[in-house]
Amino acid sequence: MKKLFLFVCLVSLIYACSLSDDGGSKTDNFDRTAMLTHWADNIIIPSYVDYDNKVLTLSSDVTNFTSTPTEANLQLVRTSWINAYKAYQKITIFNVGKAMEINLKETTNTYPTDAAGIETNIASGNYNLELLSQYSKQGFPALDYLINGLGTTDTAILAFYTSNANATNYKNYLIDVTNKLKSNSNVVVADWNSSYRTTFISSSGNTVSSSVNKMTNLFVKNLEKDIRSGKIGIPAGVFSSGTLFPEKVEAFYKKDISKDLLNIATQAQQDFFNGKNFNSTVTGPSLKSYLDYVNAVRNGQNLSTIINNQFSSIYTANNLLDNNFSSQITSDNSKMLAAYDALQQNVVYVKLDMMQALNITIDYVDGDGD
Amino acid sequence: MKHKLKTYFNSYTSTATLAFYRLAFGLMMLFSLIRFTALGWIEKLYILPTNRFTYYGFEWIPRLGDYTYLLFLLAAIAAFCVAIGYKYRIAIITFFLCFTYIELLDKTTYLNHYYFISIVSFVLIFLPANAYFSVDAKQNPKLCFQYIPKWNVDILKVFIAIVYFYAGLAKINSDWLLEAMPLKIWLPTNTDLPFIKTFLNQNWVHFAFSWSGMLYDLAIPFLLLYKPTRKFAFVLVVVFHVVTRMLFPIGVFPFVMIVSSLVFFEPAFHENILRKIAAFFKINMERFTNALYYETNRMASKAIKGFLIVFIGFQLVSPFRYLLYPNELFWTEEGFRFSWRVMLMEKAGYTQFKVVDSKTKKEIRVNNSLFLTTFQEKQMAFQPDFILEYAHILKKFYEKQGVSNPQVYVESYVALNGRLSQKYIDPNVDLAKEKESFKPKYWIVPFNDEIKGL
Repeated sequence: MKKLFLFVCLVSLIYACSLSDDGGSKTDNFDRTAMLTHWADNIIIPSYVDYDNKVLTLSSDVTNFTSTPTEANLQLVRTSWINAYKAYQKITIFNVGKAMEINLKETTNTYPTDAAGIETNIASGNYNLELLSQYSKQGFPALDYLINGLGTTDTAILAFYTSNANATNYKNYLIDVTNKLKSNSNVVVADWNSSYRTTFISSSGNTVSSSVNKMTNLFVKNLEKDIRSGKIGIPAGVFSSGTLFPEKVEAFYKKDISKDLLNIATQAQQDFFNGKNFNSTVTGPSLKSYLDYVNAVRNGQNLSTIINNQFSSIYTANNLLDNNFSSQITSDNSKMLAAYDALQQNVVYVKLDMMQALNITIDYVDGDGD
Repeated sequence: MKHKLKTYFNSYTSTATLAFYRLAFGLMMLFSLIRFTALGWIEKLYILPTNRFTYYGFEWIPRLGDYTYLLFLLAAIAAFCVAIGYKYRIAIITFFLCFTYIELLDKTTYLNHYYFISIVSFVLIFLPANAYFSVDAKQNPKLCFQYIPKWNVDILKVFIAIVYFYAGLAKINSDWLLEAMPLKIWLPTNTDLPFIKTFLNQNWVHFAFSWSGMLYDLAIPFLLLYKPTRKFAFVLVVVFHVVTRMLFPIGVFPFVMIVSSLVFFEPAFHENILRKIAAFFKINMERFTNALYYETNRMASKAIKGFLIVFIGFQLVSPFRYLLYPNELFWTEEGFRFSWRVMLMEKAGYTQFKVVDSKTKKEIRVNNSLFLTTFQEKQMAFQPDFILEYAHILKKFYEKQGVSNPQVYVESYVALNGRLSQKYIDPNVDLAKEKESFKPKYWIVPFNDEIKGL
């Protein structure tokens, strides 16, 4: 009997020692598949579909404008551009699958846009928007320049599409940039609607390459790089020893929607954290519920509450900002820095405290700074 | 007292125990090295990384590039020779040097059980482990002794006992016993066994594991020493290490400890095993059972005993060196390593470095992934000596890039054992100007909580 017992111990020991210990897959009690399904079906796919629709509207308005360039049609383009840009803010976290493959973020929203480069493209009429070198000459920032930045008055802007010697090239460029947005968004939605959804949901383990780990890392990265650094930090001189860059704000030429875009992106982050369905108040399994499940309590409070509370502080700081970030920077940059600090605190909470509580490995490192 | 000591040092035991341990140790080390190599870790941990972290005083240990494989090969050959007892003295010295060299290559891979292996292999140098059941004894009967002084075996028991007991002492702290930390963080998300699902998420389970872990560590050396409880103790050892192996990614350590604890058994037990092996490999045991008592140069013997006593004394005292430093041990880690503080902390950090040109005041935000592997960055983020060394790596690098007299600052947060993240390093201190030393690091922000304990 004792020999049998010792034998069993020996066998289990050998089995245990044979498992690799370099961070192999270890699942846990929380239903990750349910969370992934909820993310895919109720947040990610609807957000992409909505974005796709808004881009479609933008595209038809651009077609309309280029065939009949009037002030009224220009306003239509501007409105649908704003709507599409806002819808875009809600998908920036989800840089997985096709979106990552086709560099959706880099082609859609690299700013500041390269105005001189755009002019060169238009002058030559010869350009390949697929190239890495063209990322800064397309997307929403490029459209911003084309519909808001070509001149100081609407009349001046319209002239580029009517009386200008190169009007045809301007129109073509406008169409090409919009078409690129449209084809990219189509491809991503199609992928989610076909095989990627299954791929995404079935990768439910706890390894570095699993969906939960990837998405959580993207969630953190988006907050740190895109929102904190991109929208606030870089323009406000945080990474440049105090040298300010009011021209590097998002939607620079439009002048008055930077705050909206910031708030929508921040809200999208918080909604994702809380597992809120797209366009609804219903919530499902999420990072928040995951944290609560493992009972992550800090200083007597749920860590999820601490994070949500910090989001409130972020909105408070955001709302002290002028709609026009460029003028905010030049008139009183301290408010931008305060907004940066509020965001930074939540970056620490999600990148350090949350990742630690959920035992998720960090697989990316902050890479900003020029 | 002196008479008792003299009697003790003159008492003998069968060499079978020591020979068994030598054989087991050598084979375990060989297996461990093969496993390490097979997992691709030589390249991943010692060759590919651009930078590495050094031990204070051992910065001169050169990296070997692709020749690191040779180092491992040499260690493996040495381990095998130790196992079979071939040119034992040279083999065990070689193994000790090679293994320790490997560990000194990069502080990132520090593990308490690697330290244990270095200690044991060092002590084995001084023990006549090849006097029985070895190629050396077979080839040269003059080296063969069936009985050796008991202290040669007891010293191994002392070191095993130190590891366990000190690990137990280290667990007597408020985080471990009163907060069930860090098990409270590790257990809920650390198993893929469906039956234990809800079990490991229970609060009482976290406390049960913590307290029994502490009691096990403190009691097990004594349970193993005391004959009536020995068999039961061994069962506990197996259960404890198998369970911890299933829950945590701790490599071959459980196996090493289980086999090491066999040293507490009677020589007859070891003799039995050796005979079985001998039968299998058709080795003639008769040449070893010569009933001879180990004899050696008296001066040498005295010197060795004296040295080992001092060595043990050092091992008993050094884990308490943290008392010489102000501030919380778990926070500053001054005196944390080499003290059997095993799996006591869930500690992670966030670091953002900034390099400033002294002349132009231009700031560069550092992308850690350009300098460190993910593993290195993870380790660096919560250990101040790593942070300091990394600051110097950055200074040298950016100096070469043309930055004049680079200043290095870090924005750093650390979360320890379920506490909310706190600022870790003073962001206004130019770390490039700080030097490593045994002095306390004043630029670590004081811990704003208290952990009571030993």
